[in-house]
Parts: sequence; structure tokens; C-alpha cells
Amino acid sequence: MNTQFWVVQAFNGVSYGALLFLVGSGLSLIFGVMRIVNLSHGSYFLLGGYVALSVIHATGSWALSLPLAAIAIAALGIVMERLFLRSEGFEVVRTLVIALGLAILFTLAFQKWQPHIVGSKSEFAIVAAIATVVIYFLLNRISIVPIEADVLRQVLLTVGFAFLFQQAALDIWGGNNMDINPPPAFTRSIVVGGTYLPLYRVFMIAMAIAIGIVLWLVMEKTRMGAAVRATVDDAQMARGVGIDTNRISMFIFALGAFLAALGGVIGGAFLGIYPGLDFEMLPLAFAVVIIGGMGSLGGAAIGALAVGLADNFGKALFPEISYFTLYAPMVLILAIKPTGLFGRE
Amino acid sequence: MASQQIKILMVAIALVAFVFIVPQSGSFVILLATRAMAFGILAMSVDLLLGYTGMSSMGQAAYFGVGAYLTAVLATKFHFGMGWDFWLVVVLGILIGAGLAALFGLFAVRAGGVYFLMITLALGQCVWGLAYRWNSLTGGDNGINLSGRPNFGLDLGNEVIFFYLVFGFFAVSMLMMYVLVRSPFGQSLAGIRERELRMQILGYNTWLHKYIAFIIAGGFGGLAGVLWAHTNGHVSPETVVLTTSVDALLMVVLGGAGTLIGATIGTAIVFGLREYLSTLVPWWQYALGGVYVLTILYLPMGLMGIPSRLRQRFAQGKNEDSKKLATKPS
Repeated sequence: MNTQFWVVQAFNGVSYGALLFLVGSGLSLIFGVMRIVNLSHGSYFLLGGYVALSVIHATGSWALSLPLAAIAIAALGIVMERLFLRSEGFEVVRTLVIALGLAILFTLAFQKWQPHIVGSKSEFAIVAAIATVVIYFLLNRISIVPIEADVLRQVLLTVGFAFLFQQAALDIWGGNNMDINPPPAFTRSIVVGGTYLPLYRVFMIAMAIAIGIVLWLVMEKTRMGAAVRATVDDAQMARGVGIDTNRISMFIFALGAFLAALGGVIGGAFLGIYPGLDFEMLPLAFAVVIIGGMGSLGGAAIGALAVGLADNFGKALFPEISYFTLYAPMVLILAIKPTGLFGRE
Repeated sequence: MASQQIKILMVAIALVAFVFIVPQSGSFVILLATRAMAFGILAMSVDLLLGYTGMSSMGQAAYFGVGAYLTAVLATKFHFGMGWDFWLVVVLGILIGAGLAALFGLFAVRAGGVYFLMITLALGQCVWGLAYRWNSLTGGDNGINLSGRPNFGLDLGNEVIFFYLVFGFFAVSMLMMYVLVRSPFGQSLAGIRERELRMQILGYNTWLHKYIAFIIAGGFGGLAGVLWAHTNGHVSPETVVLTTSVDALLMVVLGGAGTLIGATIGTAIVFGLREYLSTLVPWWQYALGGVYVLTILYLPMGLMGIPSRLRQRFAQGKNEDSKKLATKPS
């Protein structure tokens, strides 16, 4: 174990931390603003990677896949937030979406049971349409129980969606381990002081720093950012002084999904994209959020760096307890200061 | 009180019917029922925390996992627990679950609400990390295969005998938890769930109450783990992964928290969907996800809450009608 080892491991840790920052900062902001523990955040990471694969497959451009995947998943995040994480507004659309989903499942079951009645695609569509209308009117008779202010139900709802996304990804993209290949220019290494550093990891660090700076500028220097910070500190008070916290949460949720998907595209190059990655990233993202403090951007940066380094050195130095050394500090921090190192009460 | 006795009678009849009908079915159904009952003990232990104490634990799989790994490690490394000493393993499993909960509870119990959720998640991940990485003890990602079930005169390798054994543990666990929640201790837990501050003002040591409940739930989790290891014949990090904890929580919410019987109904539905439906159709996970989303949006009290939801609806309907009458221009 010479200096070389420490330099390489530290570099790997920092670049992994850069990836974790993308996932963790969004999760942290979502928690800070909406007090929602979003368990589908790992799914955004995974889906971002998958969408990027499709974009690359269709256009051949890696650079194009970054913004497209992130925007697509941000849109998904907005839909989820507007329709399901708030009970007011869009009641009709929500009921329609649920009715449509149920109707498709019902028709699939019917097809399984009576294949000769629902054979062709058009027959399937007709039966599904009728079922949608019927279920829609049935569901309209039942009102939704407001989900705000019930932490557990919000958590479980996001898990339910994580399961749905997982299955959808499996159906669309299959169960194989896939790789996102960045342009050849990125696969080279650069030599710094006799150490070979993969250029791609340098790019990851640069990307995370750039995004971190932009986020910081938006949060600290703009009116919107001030409104977000006010909402994190005291949502009720922020509403009282006329801040539209409803719009803020939509914006933050979309931003969080955007960043997670971006992380999925960038991380897909060296982690791979495979089923189960969603629930692998999720606890790591939580570790970032908890160590850094919920709702704090600077905290997320430090948390990501800490988790990235702990993960890398843990795996290299004491592999048998490496995850333990990652999560045990998380427990201690939570027990001593539940709001995290940089979180505010 | 009478309605309570009717409910107990209904549960007892359902259990007796269950224990008579299932062994008549094929081995697939018997194994499915055995698995569901072993996991059902875990779900009830989650309900003890969530439904009766108001603590939503996201790390209950930790106690389940240590129980299962204890069984597997003792059986494969020390050939312990394959005969009469199986009963010792059961006791050890309960003790290790409770012991781990006693340790974890020191960190977790004083946290409230969302922080309790997060800290139990982190604690669960600690155990998962050890199971996943500590290759020499746990076999890492591959896990541990058990070579068979204990045989102590009763051959548990026989599915039906094993089914009866797990049913016995399941029924006794349910009874014990029922007695617990009806006891004065259980009543003060419910008081803490409703309003912790008031209980503190009344002079209750609410931390100690929650801590003890946490330990008891851990003990039941360990017991469920021991049975699970022998039911599956295989223990892997999947047993302690985050989704196992979340599954247990969802089962409780699906059936109805704070009812115990709801936890078992939720377990039965989830296992039925996951293991029976998955043999029939490839889209079973949509059905499962859909059940979760619908339950959470429309039935926060779970399936057991349907009667009260209906009652509320009829009462509301009447009110609306009377309002309409009142505002109708004459």
C-alpha cells in the first residue's frame, strides 16, 4: 500500500462521491421542501439510465442522451408529484390514470381466462376502454384520503411506484446487464504525477462540481432559490408570506428526478444498468442525505464525498465489513443529531 | 365486549378451517401457506410497532435476518439444531432477535416520526451490509444452503408435519401478541400512539414502553427468521434487504394496522399474488404495485378498515342529503 494506492482510491472515492451527489442532492431537497421520503428516487436513477440507452440506440449520440433522459424522468417526476403525492387538483386525471391501469390489468386477466374473446389488439383495446369507463365511474364514487401529513403513507406510495417502475423497466428493456458507452474521447486516461486517471471519472467530478455550483447559485442568489430555502426552513410560514409552496414542491420534485436521472446516465457507464440497481442506489442516496442533513445542498455535497470515500476505502481495506462501515456512521449521526450534520432544525 | 368475542370466535374458526383445508391441497399450496405463516409472524411484529405503538420501522428485516442466519450458520457450520436442539435454536433465535433489537433500540427508539423511519432503515442496512459482505460467515451474495430440516422423531422434512409446526408457532405468536396488546402494557402503548406527550404528563415512562415493545417485536422477528430459514432451506442477503422490511410494512398497511389479523390477511394476499399469480402471468408485479397504490390512496386503514369506511360513507351520504334538503329553495 504505497502512495499510489491511496491516490487512486481517493480519486475513485471522490468520483463515486460525485455521482452520489447527483442522486443525493435531489433526494435531500425533496425531503427538505416536501418532507417526503421518496423511495422511488432509485428508480429515477435506473430509468434515467434506461432512457439514455434507448436514446443512444435511436440517435447514436451520447451527449444528446444526457439531457433527454433527464428531462424525460423529470416529466415523470412531475406527473407523479402532481397526481399522486398531492390530494388536491387533477382529481379527474388521477382517477383516469388509475382506472386505465386497472382496466389494462383486468383485460390482461380476462385475456388469460378467455383468450378467444380478447384475441386481437383491437378487441383488447375495446375491452380495456369499456373497463376504463366502468372503473372510472366506480372510483369516482370513492374519495381519496388526503396523503399529506402522513409520512408512512407517502413512503409506501413511493415504494408502490418503485415496484411498478421496476416491472415496467423489466418489460421494456429486459433483464440483461447493459452498459452505456460514452464517446471514445472519454475512455482515455490522463497521467497526473505518474498516476493514470481515467478521463471519464475526471469528467464525472467536473460535471458534479458544475452542477453543484449552478444549484448553489440558484439557491443562494435567485428569488426562486430564496423561496425554496424559506420553504425548507418553515413551509407554513413561507405560505403565510405568500410563497407558492405548491409550485416550489413541483419544481423541486422535478429537479430531484432530473438530477437522479442524470446520475443514472453518467453512472451507467461504469456501474452498468441492470434490474435491482434502483434499490442498490437508494440506501446510498439516503446515507448521503442523512450524513449531510436533509434539505441542505452543501450538506449533500459533503455527505456524498464522505459516502463515496467510505465506500471505496471500505471495500479496499476491510471488504468484509465495508457496508457496515458505511451505514453504522449513518446510525450514529441520526442518533446524535437527527437532522444530519448540516441540517437545520 | 360481545362483538370482541365474536371476532375472536371468527378468527379461531378461520384458523381451524385453514389448518384442516390446507394439508388436503397440493404440496405447492402447503409450502406457500407455510412461507406465508412464517412471514406473517414478522408482519405481526411490525404491526405491534406500527399499529399499536405508532412506530413505523423500516428495518424489521434485520431481526428476521439474524434469526435466519443464526439458524443457517448453526446448522451448516456446527451441525447444531437438526435434532431436538432445534428447540434450542428457536429460543436462541428469539433471544438474538430481541438482543439485537435491544441494541438497536438504544439508537432508534428516542427518534420520532420520519427520523425513526430513517434510523431503522440505516440499522437494517447495517445488518444487510454484514450479510452481503461477510463472506466467511454468511456466504456473501450466494447465501447459505441448509441441507435439510430438523428431525427429532417428528420428521420436519415432511411438508405436512412442518406445516403443522409452523402453524403452531404462528397461532401461539398471534395469541401472545393479542394478549400483549390487550394487557395494561398494550393499552399504554396505544396511549403513546395516540398522544405521547399526554402519557408522559400522566407519569408514564414512554421511552421504556416503546423500548420494550421494540425488543418484543425483535424477538418475534427472530422467531420468524428461524422458521423462514427452514421453510426455504436457503438464506441469502435477500432475506435482510430493504425491500423485505418494506414488504412487511406494506402487508400491515394493506391488511389494516393495529388489528394483528390485518397483518396476516395482508401477508396472505401479498404471498398469494407474488407466488401464485407469478406462476400464471408475467405481469403479476403490476397487480402487486397496483394493490399497494390503491390501498394507500383509498384505504388508509387497510382492508380491515373497509367496514368503518362504509359506515362513515353512509353517514356522510345522509348528511349530504339533509344538507341538500336544507338548502333546497322552497
